[in-house]
Amino acid sequence: MGAPTSLTDVHDAMPSFDEIIRTLTLQGGFNTTSVILGTTLLGLAAGVVGAFALLRKRSLTADALSHATLPGICIAFMIAQSIGMASRSMPVLMSGAAISGVIGVACIHLLITKTRLREDAAIGIVLSVFFGAGVVLLSVIQTNPSGSAAGLNHFIYGQTAAMTRADSITMGVIAIVATLLALLMLKELTLVCFNDGFAQVTGIPVWVIDSIILALIVLVTVSGLQAVGLILVVAMLIIPAAAARFWTQRLWKLVVLSMLIGAASGYIGASISALLPRKPAGSVIVLSSGGLFLLSMFLAPSRGVLATTIRQAGIRIKIANDHLLESLHEHAQDATPPTIKALAHAQGIHPLRLRILALMLSMRGLVRIKDTRASATKSGLARGARVARNHALWEQYLITYADIAPSHVDWSVDQVEHVLSDDLIAELERALAGDAR
Amino acid sequence: MSTDMYLFLSGDLFPLLAGILAALFCGLLGNHLILRQQSMMGDAISHAVLPGLVGAFVLSGSRNPAIMFFGAAGSAIVTVVLIQLVRKLGRVEPGAAMGVIFSVMFALGVLLLEQAQADGVDLDPSCVLYGQLESLFWTPPREWNEFFSFSTFNEIPRQIWTLLGTNIAVIGFMVLFFKELRVSAFDPGISSSQGINAGVIRFVLMLFVAGASVASFEAVGSILVIAMLICPPAAARLLTDRMGPQIIVSAVLAVASAVFGYVVSANIPEAWVRGGSVNAAGMMAVMSGVFVALAAIFSPTHGSISKARRRRALTKKIHLEDLLSALFRFRESGQPAASAQQLAPLVGHQRVARIALDDAIAGELVVVDAGMISLTVSGYERAASLIRKHRMWEGYLVDQAGMPADHVHPVAERLEHLSSPVPKEADAPHGDQHGKPIPPAN
Repeated sequence: MGAPTSLTDVHDAMPSFDEIIRTLTLQGGFNTTSVILGTTLLGLAAGVVGAFALLRKRSLTADALSHATLPGICIAFMIAQSIGMASRSMPVLMSGAAISGVIGVACIHLLITKTRLREDAAIGIVLSVFFGAGVVLLSVIQTNPSGSAAGLNHFIYGQTAAMTRADSITMGVIAIVATLLALLMLKELTLVCFNDGFAQVTGIPVWVIDSIILALIVLVTVSGLQAVGLILVVAMLIIPAAAARFWTQRLWKLVVLSMLIGAASGYIGASISALLPRKPAGSVIVLSSGGLFLLSMFLAPSRGVLATTIRQAGIRIKIANDHLLESLHEHAQDATPPTIKALAHAQGIHPLRLRILALMLSMRGLVRIKDTRASATKSGLARGARVARNHALWEQYLITYADIAPSHVDWSVDQVEHVLSDDLIAELERALAGDAR
Repeated sequence: MSTDMYLFLSGDLFPLLAGILAALFCGLLGNHLILRQQSMMGDAISHAVLPGLVGAFVLSGSRNPAIMFFGAAGSAIVTVVLIQLVRKLGRVEPGAAMGVIFSVMFALGVLLLEQAQADGVDLDPSCVLYGQLESLFWTPPREWNEFFSFSTFNEIPRQIWTLLGTNIAVIGFMVLFFKELRVSAFDPGISSSQGINAGVIRFVLMLFVAGASVASFEAVGSILVIAMLICPPAAARLLTDRMGPQIIVSAVLAVASAVFGYVVSANIPEAWVRGGSVNAAGMMAVMSGVFVALAAIFSPTHGSISKARRRRALTKKIHLEDLLSALFRFRESGQPAASAQQLAPLVGHQRVARIALDDAIAGELVVVDAGMISLTVSGYERAASLIRKHRMWEGYLVDQAGMPADHVHPVAERLEHLSSPVPKEADAPHGDQHGKPIPPAN
């Protein structure tokens, strides 16, 4: 064992620009091209199916399902071998995988409905026990002297390099079938995802739709096993859909985006894996979709972290401004305006923060700062008066109508006075005036 | 010392012991995961330690367990924090958040591993999954009296000490913080009002899960960790109702899974494996699943057999009671005996009425005379108390629950079979809603 050097140490030469272009434009030889096309289609299908899996909260069920395929692969291999078939034939292994995956999901369903165990435990039990059984069977197969077992390991971590042309084509065809099936049933799937109760009443058998979603998950999982491996194939279902969820509230957009993100990660992953040495396609695909997820999580408008933070900061600043103007309004009759320190103390915030707020308001012409003292300008006073009035109105409303003990009022007032609409205020005034009479 | 014993000590003792030790602390910790419905966190963490392990291995260039532990623990903490962040900041559904983070971490680990292998690093990806239990052989002393010497202790594989230490830490944690763990699992609100920060407890628990999966990965692999974190506590949950017994039962089941799994894997017929060996860690996982299945079927309290039996007994009791009250109503309307054909629709269909009738005859609640069925004295008493219950409930439902009088019959029809107390007369001052007399109590 040689002393390991730095991770960034790339031993093989970087691919030339020409090579990169050829691979990316699908001219890098028939085998490479078919693998790239296959994984792209797989990503596409996984994106579509994953969107429904996400909405039906089946993400971790899919994880258990993919782990549960291992014993099926092994048993299919053993049976095929014992009856003298080509034991490495993909259709045989994939059927085995699908059957045991479905049995695994059936076990989850049984555990949830027939015992007091919750979903998390049921999923975990099936995942670990089936995978354990697979590992046991794998160790039995590996003792086989014929050596034909070599390669079953690849289903765990995935190995694109071991894929034949026929494997890629099988994968692509299954992916296309899954995509078409999902798109054809878009209406029913949507209904079941958003309101299964209503779907049931409308006459759509929810369990049939759920079984179809499950079947689609099985198709995608099984066809992705060889390229991505059974541990990571679930990521192709979960990540694109979760990333797409940040960008939209509409289902068809979610499906399209998730499909695009899935296809992009499949394409990028397989291309990088083909171009660079020792970049297993499965991990690169998952990492690229992870990168897209990260981008979406931060940058998406409205639901993204950045947008949310900015929006919340805006609201917080507005609230703080209102508080400041309100207290300046209270001090309007004082002989000398209050010091910034005293204002900060009264509001329980750091003086520096209050000074910044005051400076910002003074730039808008609402506050005057003289030395260490602050006072409101005419327009600032008007604004402060309005806030104070809202405050009082809401306080009165809560006491009169909402049966809230007076000692509890102030706290909630500070939260809501900034969101009161002008209409509501007018209504409150009328109601309180009527009440006073 | 016999040869068999020597073989056992050298080849089997430590793999078995390692399995037992790892199963024990995982099974114990899993109780707190299952109660918080966080079982899949164990799965996520044990996948996500991979990049940390490989990273530490590659950077330090050694298999030093301390360095690898810190690497793995680091990536476990990153995982827990990231999952929380994605859930909170991104408002992503918990299952999906977990799936996103652990699969990305695992993918990173696989990628690192692939690079490391190119550098001639000897770290087998499959060993991360299913460990190397079989590598824990040693050369024990030939004689028993040589066991208690320093050199013997020196021969004990390091992994055993690691696992033993982890057990002590986990058991210590669970005993010392039993109260905190329990209250924060069942009611985070009460917990924080008692000054116990449920978030901190949860985070520390996740650290322990991370530590457990790191400590055991080398010997037993992550598959056994996941199985033992989930299966023994789940089986115990089906067998017990209180937390203390559940923890003890899960510990026993975890150890039993390890032992039986090992015994089975060591005794697989030679012909099947042709001189090789069966993966013991995988077999232990399978065994823990067998225990879950057995508990789900045969548990005296929550098993499907006993549940089905209880349901059948209840159904029979209800049919019998329906038969008796039907006879009572016939009698009320001036017909002291009724034929089986008249009774059947009031009990259900022919077959259940027949069974109920047989039960009633056997219990001497009814007598049959020339095809006509009538109540005995004890049957009349039982029927009267049922009818009383029914009519009192009807009165209660109208007077106290404000239900319309024409809606109460079907509800009372169900309530009369319960063993709950009968409503008091003061709660149903207007008596029966249909003007029928209410039989007096006893």
